[in-house]
Amino acid sequence: MPDATELELIAQELRAAEGSAQASSGSPVLETVFFRGRATLVVESERIGAVLVRLRERGYGFLASLHGVDYYPHEPRLGVIYELLDMHKVDRITVKLRLASATPEVDSVTPQWPTADHQEREVHDMFGVSFRGHPNPRRILMPEDYEGHPLRRDFPVGGEPVLFTYNEGETRGSAP
Amino acid sequence: MSAGEESTLSAYRRREQSTTIAPLEEQPRAHTEAAGDGTRRELLTLNFGPHHPATHGVLRLLVTLEGEVVRDIKPIIGYVHTGIEKTAEDKSYWKVIPVVERMDYLAYYFNAMAFCSAVETLAEVEVPRRAQYLRVIHLELNRIASHLIWLGTSALDLGAVSIFLYCLRERERILDLFEMSSGQRMHTRYFQVGGVIEDIPPGFARKLRDFLKDMPKRADEYGAILNANEIVLQRLRGTGPLDADTLLALGVTGPLLRAAGNPWDLRKADPYSSYEDFQFKIPVGTVGDNYDRFACRMAEMYESVKIIEQALDGLPGGPHITEDRKFALPPRHELATSMEALIHHFKLVTEGFRVPPGEVYYPIESPRGELGCYVRSDGSSKPARVHMRDPSFVNLQALSHMAQGGYIADMIATVAMLDPILGGIDR
Amino acid sequence: MEVRREPLPPTSAATPGVPEHVDPQALGVRELNASQLLRGGDLLGANRPAHLEAADLERYVQERTLTTTLDRAVAWARSNSFFPLSFGLACCAMEQFHAAGPRLDIARFGYEAFRASPRQADLIILAGRVSIKMAPIIRRLYDQMLEPKWAISMGACCSSMGVFNNYALVPADKFMPIDVHVPGCPPRPEALMHGVLKLRQMVQNDPDAGWRERYHARGTEEILPSPHAAAAVNVPLEGDTAGA
Repeated sequence: MPDATELELIAQELRAAEGSAQASSGSPVLETVFFRGRATLVVESERIGAVLVRLRERGYGFLASLHGVDYYPHEPRLGVIYELLDMHKVDRITVKLRLASATPEVDSVTPQWPTADHQEREVHDMFGVSFRGHPNPRRILMPEDYEGHPLRRDFPVGGEPVLFTYNEGETRGSAP
Repeated sequence: MSAGEESTLSAYRRREQSTTIAPLEEQPRAHTEAAGDGTRRELLTLNFGPHHPATHGVLRLLVTLEGEVVRDIKPIIGYVHTGIEKTAEDKSYWKVIPVVERMDYLAYYFNAMAFCSAVETLAEVEVPRRAQYLRVIHLELNRIASHLIWLGTSALDLGAVSIFLYCLRERERILDLFEMSSGQRMHTRYFQVGGVIEDIPPGFARKLRDFLKDMPKRADEYGAILNANEIVLQRLRGTGPLDADTLLALGVTGPLLRAAGNPWDLRKADPYSSYEDFQFKIPVGTVGDNYDRFACRMAEMYESVKIIEQALDGLPGGPHITEDRKFALPPRHELATSMEALIHHFKLVTEGFRVPPGEVYYPIESPRGELGCYVRSDGSSKPARVHMRDPSFVNLQALSHMAQGGYIADMIATVAMLDPILGGIDR
Repeated sequence: MEVRREPLPPTSAATPGVPEHVDPQALGVRELNASQLLRGGDLLGANRPAHLEAADLERYVQERTLTTTLDRAVAWARSNSFFPLSFGLACCAMEQFHAAGPRLDIARFGYEAFRASPRQADLIILAGRVSIKMAPIIRRLYDQMLEPKWAISMGACCSSMGVFNNYALVPADKFMPIDVHVPGCPPRPEALMHGVLKLRQMVQNDPDAGWRERYHARGTEEILPSPHAAAAVNVPLEGDTAGA
């Protein structure tokens, strides 16, 4: 893992590179977090593609995981987390972006990172985040016509009562 | 189904056709060519599964075929989606362990290991050395057991039925060992946050050593049956090749990547839980076809045996779980004498321990690749988000690249060598 | 001396044998009703065993027990040669493999012929958790099996909701009739064998279990529509989601 100083250097580099390229919109890195020996960069959701490309140039060439989080009730509510791995230096870095629940849209990184295909579909299915430019933006785990995004924190866990003979007709829980 | 019959289809039958097939013009390499005699040719889309004897679990594949040659594969998953991550948010941390274990149902110790290690990182709980060695022993036994089922079911797909029964014979011995140490054959809840739930009983070491003496000989037998078999060689050599760069782009890790020549193994690259104390090799392939994947996994079984032998020989003394009573239950005899122990026990059993807020991603090397567990804690006794980065879920994306251009029978062999576990894919 | 007895309190029509003042929702009464239902009678109909007369009673008993040697022989043959459908969903499938494995060998009992096609199988062992996406498919498989057919629900997840009582799962009882539920998570191969042998006993002794009428477990074969038929027989109708 990059240690705290190196994390700050990476963040600085990103700010400098991206900041100068698009001087009007400022730095893509919103925050750096160094927690339990692990480095996290919180970036603006619009610049995720560029940030990941720069990190790939820096050596983090493997996207290990792409997953979503729901920070309900804090806003911005939805988060998408990208875990990057540098296989040569055995280094990991996390890139996080937060999306407001009103507009949960972000550019898909699938064209540059083919591994993101199924994983972005899962984030879409479970959290309702739309990935612009994804080749196959459909639900992956739930049935195609399912309504609702199950892993959001305000979605009920659901479930059925255990069926015995006396309560066989009962139904409870969300319908498919 | 033809258009005329659609009116008789019920709602759920129509819903079963849960993916729209793109019109021919948009299909990859699809062409309706007009043959000279007034007929048209098009590619055939065949539906494999979800109930199919050769898909490992309920995997549905939409295969586009030109004759017998595979042009495209679309996997459709979700048929055993269990909402494990949602259930995990509802339970206290130690109750999440059995829930998460049932995800990748052949590598149950690995699921528990990833989750427990993530929570231990968040809570900054130290795992004693003896517990680390015991964890390694059980993890490697589980790796052998998982590879045995892989071998048995893959050979079954290729037609070699007797290997399936031989592998189950070894697996019964491993499950006996698991039953000895934890009382359960599968999904044992043996790994807890801070260590393992119980020390190994007397007799376990002897039984384990007997097994370790026999296992390499048995693996030699399976190799002897399969490696010299003309049918196996013809079906596996040269089929389903994929180079390491494409695999890395697709996020594939584990034996699939090692078969293509990239010796990436988290046990060596980024050792966790005392793996740095053990000497073992990483089997690496050259071509990246199905035979290399097969050979890699066979060799990994021998290496796992070596690791377990070293762990057993060097098993240190000490506690089997952390002494921190805020996270681990105190031993029963203390409850009679110590008030604090009673209170800790009560607190742990009713509410569970609290973990300081934060997020962590902890990857380990499971039999299928990089298994990572992401835990977000908000300071309460229940996790706020548990996500398992399952290796089979990501490896499945490589299937269409591997099987394109080959025959449909090679696709079956490729699915078998991919070793997908639908419980992990669908979670 | 004359023995005086109190007249028996009046019984209600709904619950025979139970005095009127007893609450019909009491547990004992519900259990009584349930056991009566399982034996094929319904609460208010005329075919309750307690009210059948001599000839009807005899026919009722005959329909429900094996009397002829031929029936017995057929039931013996069927019970000893189940063809299970090779159908495993999740972790329980691993224990199902072990039940077919060398240590606990279901071939001893004659059940090793796992068929891949539901048309050729007569026993479906639901091994594993049934998700909402999979339920209609399992129902379709069950429909494609031909009579006589039986179903075993293996494991806690399909019998009740198991470890995961959440939005994604369906208990198997909701969409198909199950003969034997085998508890466990996962049940040991021995437990699965116990369940299969219980089914064997059921088939040998009493093939006309009345509960099948109530669960509409008869006549569920799927017949694909022919071009001439207006609508397929026994294919579920519009809007019928089979509980999925």
